[in-house]
Amino acid sequence: MSTTEPAVQLRGAGRRYGERAALRDVTLDLAAGQTLVVFGPNGAGKTTLLRMLATLLRPHAGEVRVLGHKLPDDGYAVRGRIGFLGHDALLYRELTGRENLRFHARLHRADPARVDEVLEVVGMRSRAEDPVAELSRGMVQRLAVARAVLHGPELLLLDEPFANLDPAAIAQVEPLIGRASGCTRVLTSHDPAGGLPGADVALGLKGGRVALLAPAAEVRAEQIAELYA
Amino acid sequence: MKGTVAALLRKELALELRTRESVPAMVMFAVTTYVIFHFSLGDIGGARAVLDGDLAAGVLWVTLLFASILGINRLFVADHEQGGFDGFLLAPVDRTSLLVAKAISLLAFLCLVELIAVPAFGLLLLGPSLWQALPELLLVLLAADIGIAVIGTLVAALAIQTRARDLMVPLLALPMLVPVVLGASRATAPLFAQGGAAALPGDWLSLLALYDLLFGLIAYAVFDFLLED
Repeated sequence: MSTTEPAVQLRGAGRRYGERAALRDVTLDLAAGQTLVVFGPNGAGKTTLLRMLATLLRPHAGEVRVLGHKLPDDGYAVRGRIGFLGHDALLYRELTGRENLRFHARLHRADPARVDEVLEVVGMRSRAEDPVAELSRGMVQRLAVARAVLHGPELLLLDEPFANLDPAAIAQVEPLIGRASGCTRVLTSHDPAGGLPGADVALGLKGGRVALLAPAAEVRAEQIAELYA
Repeated sequence: MKGTVAALLRKELALELRTRESVPAMVMFAVTTYVIFHFSLGDIGGARAVLDGDLAAGVLWVTLLFASILGINRLFVADHEQGGFDGFLLAPVDRTSLLVAKAISLLAFLCLVELIAVPAFGLLLLGPSLWQALPELLLVLLAADIGIAVIGTLVAALAIQTRARDLMVPLLALPMLVPVVLGASRATAPLFAQGGAAALPGDWLSLLALYDLLFGLIAYAVFDFLLED
């Protein structure tokens, strides 16, 4: 990817589930190092957008480029450079936190020492030997954050990343998935007060269409509220 | 690819050791079926009914086939329900490694089941001694197990994407496994001959090997598409 090329580039991107269009005609650029926050009511297409950028869903219309590579053709080239945190933790419940992270580290060929490193940062080292099934939802979410950043991704795709986290846990994961991570970020949120301040660009989706696209600093909370009306 | 297969295999083994969902169920099914045969056949002329030749081979293989369906049904359940598929698809790895790892783990599960089920069959139902043709029987078991593992993995990956998984697995797997059971039964029958094992029929064993190879190639060619969105 050249330095001037956007980290995420969408041109008329769309996606259907059967006959129903989940995402229609989305066009945007996101520069490397910037944060895009996506707002929208349930079913607006936020998760679909994230899964499409993560190479988990194929775009059915338009062009999608991530880190300079066209999807889905060059999906292999970007997979190891993306950190994806979705609604599911992508952790096996019967395995311990450490076993899960080791497994993902092996898949991503990440340094095994990185497992302890991220466990320490998210404050889960003392519970690393417990099966995931025995952990609270907040703890599982912290492990999911550790899993998403284990391999040092350049682009973070975060679907409501702070769900189930208390303020102390949010502070713990902030260096990994917050603005301080230095990564390009695309995150979804329902909370303008929490989502807008850390973002460069705001995208509002409604019924799969772009209802709002503007620099985050220029967006008012009332505009976000209108999306949910 | 070797590293990825090893990581996946380690995870499969750990999950089975923790949950004990597949192997114990398969063993229980096979042994219980042999016990039912043992009692339902009853006595013939005051002596315990025993099987030999074609009938013994048929009972052995049909039971092992149905037991294997239980394992095939469970093969991708944890991955599907706990996000393991997405976790794997997000990694920059050759997707065929999942086919190889799943087929090897199913093969290992089948071998474990047969370690208990075949002696139980020998004890409860077989007239001639099981030991008379053990090396040849092991060869047939291995050839048939490879076929069941490859076809089972392919079918399980297809069925897990559908709502009626429990129905799809037997509906798809049983017809595809007919040649395996036919070849295995015909190859085994002379080994269970009353009055001493006859030579292993090489043509049936060759058919099994050819079928294994054919489905190995088909699975290699189509597995990627089964994982695609």
